[in-house]
Amino acid sequence: MVAIAIESLHISLGKQAVLRGIDAHLEGGMLIGIIGPNGAGKSTLARAILGLQKATKGRVTIDEADVAALPHAQIARLISYLPQGQTLHWPLVVERLVALGRIPHLAPFSQISDADRIAIDRAMTLADVSTLRDRTATELSGGERARVLLARALAVEAPVLIADEPLASLDPGHQLEVMDLLKDQAAGGVTVIAVLHDLTLAARFCDRLILLDKGQVAADGDTAKVLNAENLARVYGIRAWLGAVEGSPAVVPLFRNV
Amino acid sequence: MNRTVLITLLGFCCLAAALLSITFGTAPLSLQRIFEALIGSDDPVARIILFDLRMPRALLGLSVGAMLGLAGAALQGYLRNPLAEPSVVGVSNSAALGAVIALYFGLAELHAAVLPVMAIIGAIFALMMLFALAGKSESPLTLILAGIAISTLAGAGISLTLNLSPNPFAAMEIATWLLGSLEDRSFNHVLIALPCIAVGLALLLWNGRALDALTLGEDGAKALGIDLGLMRIRLMLGVAIGVGGAVAVSGSVGFVGLIVPHIIRPLTDRSPSAILLPSALGGAILLTLADILVRVIPTSNELKLGVVTAFLGVPVFLVHLMRERRIW
Repeated sequence: MVAIAIESLHISLGKQAVLRGIDAHLEGGMLIGIIGPNGAGKSTLARAILGLQKATKGRVTIDEADVAALPHAQIARLISYLPQGQTLHWPLVVERLVALGRIPHLAPFSQISDADRIAIDRAMTLADVSTLRDRTATELSGGERARVLLARALAVEAPVLIADEPLASLDPGHQLEVMDLLKDQAAGGVTVIAVLHDLTLAARFCDRLILLDKGQVAADGDTAKVLNAENLARVYGIRAWLGAVEGSPAVVPLFRNV
Repeated sequence: MNRTVLITLLGFCCLAAALLSITFGTAPLSLQRIFEALIGSDDPVARIILFDLRMPRALLGLSVGAMLGLAGAALQGYLRNPLAEPSVVGVSNSAALGAVIALYFGLAELHAAVLPVMAIIGAIFALMMLFALAGKSESPLTLILAGIAISTLAGAGISLTLNLSPNPFAAMEIATWLLGSLEDRSFNHVLIALPCIAVGLALLLWNGRALDALTLGEDGAKALGIDLGLMRIRLMLGVAIGVGGAVAVSGSVGFVGLIVPHIIRPLTDRSPSAILLPSALGGAILLTLADILVRVIPTSNELKLGVVTAFLGVPVFLVHLMRERRIW
């Protein structure tokens, strides 16, 4: 299992401070949800863990190695990343797209091996996209495309998976399916970090939540500790119904605090 | 279409086009005479036509076409824009400006190598400006903006030399060169262009996997371990050296880099890496065939290559337009 440490991480984009002193240790085998309002710095934190965003101050380490000093290719084998926004520039066939996930494991000028093919099939089965194998990815529905891109991220088979809003554009059935899948990955020893907006699903599936507010950690811990009325009022500016439905936690936003 | 089948097929078409290219011309040369001249018969006329005229022309057609086709495919993949081609990064125009300066000051008459060398210097100069203007940013948009600035500047320089040309003959010479041609090229031209083109082709073919990864956007590609900075250096050097060398001997030949990837893409799985080599072969075939057309279409002056490729470019875009509007 891979351990990630974030040490007093500051990031400024231009003159604006986006992250202002984040500290967290992320252990393997957990599904960790990063939640917070728009602009809280969730995606920037995800990108910083990957080394895609340089720290202004502080650092991120993976198994005690500074991300800023690790070569891109090595980070790519350690962390798989599902970026926000379903970017897809060319109309690739689904299988070819999922195969991109094997790039970190390929030696220069080599071809995809049988082991890679097995990993691609496994990822497509997990994300329930095997039947779409020969379809053109850009012609799929938003939900299908989201699952294909998730399969692409799973095909890396890295010990850490960072998914930035993996539930966007999925229907409720597929949202539950994707959360189940992320949970299974975590149970299998993968450190799963998911940026989420749906608080009920975050409460129900995550082992730990990190609530960000204006670039700082507003709360960090198990879901019951983080998702309480006071935190929701303070960070999101809302009043919400907090309770349980059939034994599962649920959060229903009711009013905006004026 | 299966990749091996496609590449083999295009390879054969290349050979066929090259063979056609050495057969066609003002003086007819039968396949039998060509073959005999190749194995060393003492037919001096056939040997001169073959080795001094037709072979360099065919070789340049293939190599310049391959370079332009591949440069278009690589740039479209990198900029993720199906309308990209070598001219968007300013290299073609700058190479042309270098050549035009050689013609304007009469330097081209000093030695046959001066014009192509000046064109290559123009291309390298464009590359240096490109890196200086685009800075360290890895965004393709800054590159396009810098490229357009350089291209426009070089275009203005070309217009200026035409405007100030000392006499109508000089202006005519410049204008004619700008239309592009492979007429009367010798093995010296091949020796100047081929090394540049070989380096260009190698640098561009190197980027297949990185271009595929860019399908997922810049963050997606970086998260797959792709070093975008290094890739950009390889790509820009490849385009500048290769296209610079090509333009140096052929003059401005537009549209090949733009249309060839569009023709090739539907025959592949559409991933950027899959169209690289086939686009090089396709460019070689297209330019060689265009150069044959130049010779067989009867006109009072020989048609210029750039004119023919420009006319060939139009139908390709009309087909795409009709597909986009779902008319066809």
